[in-house]
Amino acid sequence: MAFKSNVPDGSLSDKWKNYRGKMNLVAPNNKRRIEVIVVGTGLAGASAAATLGELGYQVKAFTFHDSPRRAHSIAAQGGINAAKNYQNDGDSVYRLFYDTIKGGDYRSREANVHRLAEASTEIIDQAVAQGVPLAREYGGLLANRSFGGVQVSRTFYARGQTGQQLLLGAYQALSRQISLGNVTMYNRHEMLDVVKQDGKARGIIARNLLTGELERHAAHSVVLCTGGYGNVFYLSTNAMMCNVTAAWRSVKKGAYMANPCYTQIHPTCIPVSGEYQSKLTLMSESLRNDGRVWVPKSIDDAKAIQQKKKKGIDIAEGDRDYYLERRYPAFGNLVPRDVASRAAKVACDEGKGVSPTGLAVFLDFASAIERYGKSKAHSMNLYDASPAKIKELGTAVIEEKYGNLFEMYEKITGEDPYKNPMKIYPAVHYTMGGLWVDYHLQTSVPGLFCCGEANFSDHGANRLGASALMQGLADGYFVLPYTIGTFLSGEIRTPKIDPNAKEFMTAEAEVKGRLDKIIGVQGKQSVESFHRRLGKIMWEYCGMARNAEGLAKGRKQIQELREEFYKDVFVPGDANEYNPELEKALRVADFLEMGELMMVDANDREESCGGHFREEYQTEEGEALRRDDEYAYVSAWEWTDTKDEPTLHKEELVFENVELKTRSYK
Amino acid sequence: MIVGSSKSLQTDNCQLTTDNYSKMKLTLKIWRQKNAKSAGKFESHQVVAEEHMSFLEMLDVLNEQLISERKEPVAFEHDCREGICGTCSMVINGHPHGLMQGTTTCQLHMRHFKDGETIAIEPFRAQSFPLIKDLVVDRSAFDRIIQAGGYISVNTGQAPDGNAIPIEKDQALDAFNAAACIGCGACVAACPNSSAMLFTSAKVSHLAQTPQGEIEAQRRVLGMVNQMDEEGFGRCSNVTACEAECPKEISVTNIARMNREYLSASLTSDVMK
Repeated sequence: MAFKSNVPDGSLSDKWKNYRGKMNLVAPNNKRRIEVIVVGTGLAGASAAATLGELGYQVKAFTFHDSPRRAHSIAAQGGINAAKNYQNDGDSVYRLFYDTIKGGDYRSREANVHRLAEASTEIIDQAVAQGVPLAREYGGLLANRSFGGVQVSRTFYARGQTGQQLLLGAYQALSRQISLGNVTMYNRHEMLDVVKQDGKARGIIARNLLTGELERHAAHSVVLCTGGYGNVFYLSTNAMMCNVTAAWRSVKKGAYMANPCYTQIHPTCIPVSGEYQSKLTLMSESLRNDGRVWVPKSIDDAKAIQQKKKKGIDIAEGDRDYYLERRYPAFGNLVPRDVASRAAKVACDEGKGVSPTGLAVFLDFASAIERYGKSKAHSMNLYDASPAKIKELGTAVIEEKYGNLFEMYEKITGEDPYKNPMKIYPAVHYTMGGLWVDYHLQTSVPGLFCCGEANFSDHGANRLGASALMQGLADGYFVLPYTIGTFLSGEIRTPKIDPNAKEFMTAEAEVKGRLDKIIGVQGKQSVESFHRRLGKIMWEYCGMARNAEGLAKGRKQIQELREEFYKDVFVPGDANEYNPELEKALRVADFLEMGELMMVDANDREESCGGHFREEYQTEEGEALRRDDEYAYVSAWEWTDTKDEPTLHKEELVFENVELKTRSYK
Repeated sequence: MIVGSSKSLQTDNCQLTTDNYSKMKLTLKIWRQKNAKSAGKFESHQVVAEEHMSFLEMLDVLNEQLISERKEPVAFEHDCREGICGTCSMVINGHPHGLMQGTTTCQLHMRHFKDGETIAIEPFRAQSFPLIKDLVVDRSAFDRIIQAGGYISVNTGQAPDGNAIPIEKDQALDAFNAAACIGCGACVAACPNSSAMLFTSAKVSHLAQTPQGEIEAQRRVLGMVNQMDEEGFGRCSNVTACEAECPKEISVTNIARMNREYLSASLTSDVMK
C-alpha cells in the first residue's frame, strides 16, 4: 500500500469542508448490508459504534470489560477543550489548532489537527443534547476553565469527572443503538488478531473471556479504538487492563506503528510508596494553578525529610527552592507537562527529593491559603484578622476549589495535605504515539481504521491538557463515520464476508498456537513479575530522559527478558476457561515487543521534542533541543517479524500555515 | 543539565518497602467458587500486608503467593483502581466495598485494618448478578436496564448549540450528582431485597432533570422499571442501605423521584410498557 497521508487539497480551513462535500457516500440500502467491527468502547469506540449504527451500518462492538461503560476514558478528570469562544476571550478554531500544534512541539499533521479543532465545537453541542451534565454558571450557560499552556478559557468540565460524564453519554448513545438492533455488543471479548483477506482487514479473532472460546468475526471493515500503551511501563496512571495487544497484532499484520517513543509523563501524580504498588494516581493539573512546587535548597534538609526527621513545614522559607518559579519566571508553576516533569527529575537526581524514596517534590498550597485568606478577611471587613483566622478562611477557599482532590490524596497517602504540603512525582500518563493513520484515519492496512489514543494522529510529541477527550470524541462522532465511507463506498459489491474462509481458520489456528505456547511454558515466574521487570527497564532507559547508550542497553535487556518469558513464565489453568492470568500473559507478551520498538524509535530520533528528551540534545540550560532540519517527520515503523530489524518509513511533516519555533517558557 | 541515566523510582534496590512502613499479618476468609454450577466455600489464607497498600494490592500479594505455590489465584474484578470505573465489586466484612463511607474497594487502604485481623471477603450476592467465579459476578443486567431507555434519543449531528437551552446551575448540579453513579452494583448487594432501585433511579433522575431528557421521561421510566423487574431485582422497602453503602453517595431521594415519575407515567402515559 502506498504510504501517503491523503490530506485533501485546498486551504487549511477548507480541506475538511471540501472533503465532506465531495467524498463518495454509501446509499442507505447498501449501508444495511455492510458490516463494521468496532473494537473498544471508550470515548472513541462507543461514539464511533453508536454513530455508525445511527447511520445504518451493521455494527459489531467488542470490549474486554464486563460492560462498555468501564473503559479508562472514564477516569479523565480535567475537561474537554472546544473552540466555542463562549468567554469572548479571543478563542477560535485557528487558535485551538495553533495551540495544539505548538503544544505538540511541531510534530503533528496540520490538516488533522485543524479538523480536530473544527469538530471540537460540535462535540460540546452533542454532549449537551445527550444530557451530559457539564458545569454551568448562575445564568444557566456553560462554564469554562483554563488549562495549562494556553491563554484562553476553553475547557468544559463536569467537576473532576469530565471523562466519566462524556463516556456515559457515549455509552448511552451506544446502548440506544444496541436496543434498536443496529449494534451487536460483545462484552468480555478480547480481540487477539486481525484477519486480512486480499490485503484488506476483514475481521478479527476474539476470545470469549468467560469460556475461553476463540471466535471468528467477519466484517467489511475493522475499526480499532483500543487506547494507549502506557502500561508498558508497568506503573502508570492507566487502568490495569489497558494494553497494546489489538494495535500490536495489527502491526504484525502490516500496520505501521508511528512515533512509539512519544510518551507523556504527567508531573503531578502521587509518588510511589512501595514495591508492591500496582498503579499510580493522577492529581489534576489544575492544582498547579494554586500550588507552588519546591524542594529544599540543601541536601541535608532533604535527607532529614527522607529519613522522616523533618517535615516540609520545618523548612524555613529562605531554605526552599521554588525551582519552577526560579527557572521559568514567565510561566512559573504553570509550565507545560513535559517541562514540569523534567524539572522534578532534575531536582530529585540532585538528591533533593522529599519522600523516603527520594523521588518526590512538594506541591505547597500555604501561599495560596494565605492569599485567599487575606482576601476573604478583607471582604468580610476583618482588617485585623489573626494569622490563624486567615489560615482558616483561606483553607475553606482551597477546600471549595480542590476538596475532592485533597480528599483523594488523603485516602491514598494517609497524610493531610491541608497541614503538610502534598508530595508529587511524575508518572506515565498518556501515549501520543500509536498506529499510523492517514487523513481518513485508515492505517497502512486497507479497511483497518484506528481512532482515539490508539492512533498517533493529533498530539505530536506532547499532548495538551483536556485534549484527549476532544480527540477521542472528534474521531468517533465526527471524523470516522465520514471517512470510513470513502473506503466502504468501494465495497458495496462485496458480499458478506465469510468467517469460515481459510484466512479466518488460519488466523484462529495461529492464535490458538500462541495461547498453547504461553500456557505450555509452565515455568516458575509469574506474569506480573515479568511485567514489573519490563516496566523498570522502560522507565530506566526510555523514561523521562533517554540517551543512545541507555537505549541500546534497554533494548538488549528487553530481548533477554522476552526470551526468559517464553522459557520461564507460569500461567495457571488452561485456555478453555475464564483465566485472567492468561489474559494478562498475552498482553505482557505484546508489551515485551512494543517496548523494544519504543527503544528503537527513541534511539532513531536524535533530537529532543515534547515528551521525548534525549540527553545528547539539550541546550546549555538543559532545555529540549529540537532539530527540525532532520527530524520533522513522523516515524512509521513496519515490523511484522521480531527476528528482523524494524523498517522505518518517514512521513515528512509539511508546515504551510505555522512557523516552526522553539518553545520557550522562560 | 540533565545527565546520566539517573535514579529510577523502580530500581531493584528500592529500599522503601520493608523499612519505612509497618507490616501487618492478616487472615483472609475468602469465598472460592469455581463457577455458578458448583458449590462455593470460604477458604482461609494468611497474608502479610503493609499499611500503605490498597486493599486490591493486598489481594495482588495473596495471588502472587498462590501462583508461587502453583495454586489457582483468586478471581476478582478491578481495572482503574482510582474509584471511577465501577469494576471492583466485593463484600468486605459484610459491607460492599468495605466499611469506609464513600469509598470503592480499590480506594480502600490497609491502614484502616489492624495487625492480626481476620477479614471476610465475599462476592456481591444477588440473584440477578449470577456468579462467574470466586468474587466475580455478572452485572450485565445493568446494561440491559440502560438499554431499555436510559438515554436521550438524539443522533450524532442533530444537536443545537450547547448554550441554546440554559439550565439552572443547581438543577445541573443535581443532575450531575445523580449521574455520578459508577454502576458498580453495591446498592444491589447492600439491599436485603436485592433491589436495583438506586441504580435505576439515578439514571432516571439524572435525565429527567435536564430539559433535553424531559421529553421522553415517561417512556424512559416505564421502560427501565419494566426491565428492572424482568431482570428479577427485588422491590424497594425503604431500608436505604443502598445509600449508606454507595461509594459515590448517591441519594435515595432519586428513588423518590423515580417513584413519582413512574406513578405519573403509569397514570397518564399511553406509552406501551
